[in-house]
Amino acid sequence: MNPRKYLVLLAVMVFGGAGDVLLKRGMMEFGAVDLHHPLRVLTALGNPWILTGIVCLLGFFTTYLTALSWADLTFVLPATAMGYVVIAVLSKYFLHEQISDWRWAGILLIACGVGWVTRGPELTAREPRESLAPEGKTA
Amino acid sequence: MNSLRMWLAIAVMVLSSSAGDILLSSAMKRIGDLDELRARDGILAVIVRVIGDKQFLLALGCMTLAFFSLLTALSWGDASLVAPASASLTFLVSAVMAKIFLKEAVDRRRWISALLVCLGVALLTQ
Repeated sequence: MNPRKYLVLLAVMVFGGAGDVLLKRGMMEFGAVDLHHPLRVLTALGNPWILTGIVCLLGFFTTYLTALSWADLTFVLPATAMGYVVIAVLSKYFLHEQISDWRWAGILLIACGVGWVTRGPELTAREPRESLAPEGKTA
Repeated sequence: MNSLRMWLAIAVMVLSSSAGDILLSSAMKRIGDLDELRARDGILAVIVRVIGDKQFLLALGCMTLAFFSLLTALSWGDASLVAPASASLTFLVSAVMAKIFLKEAVDRRRWISALLVCLGVALLTQ
């Protein structure tokens, strides 16, 4: 892992968390979706919060793809789970939602999981086909 | 009956989401490091290569199915149950599928991390 890769993982967390919170903020302004007029939800695209949220989620998807291009899925998924923490913290200070002790405990567990997995290797070591030793011969 | 169809929708969501992640991961490994590709061939070539990949498009299809399954499950059950159940189960199923299909070395460290994150996600909804 080099600083560039840590930066990509950080971007996955921040873009994902911020995108979800911005969508929530926009939908709070837009109001509840009427199931009798489902297409009316498309007018929500004119809301600046929702547009910014979509831009963030595009950033999330791009950085997520980048991370998957050099790291295992079982590394990327827990390593980027801090996005849930970003959502919780932004929800508290930006959307003024209450965060219970249980939620703080959840945040702590996720942080432990993330810290634990990022200390290990990010990619399964695979031998190139041409360098494989002939059968029965040890390296 | 309502509970059964909700769990069925959650199962479809979890399986399609995990399948999408596995296909996406496999496609991106085959395409190569996107940063290196961008530095060598330019951003346009990277976009064309990613969007033109059949496995990538299949992954997008799976993720679309997962999204609508989640919406369906949410319409049949409480969000406080559906959201953590689907997120936590997706973590575990993805780890199992990555070990089987991608032959990833899911060691004890990764299993423990996945379990900690699962528990954490469940607690976030309390």
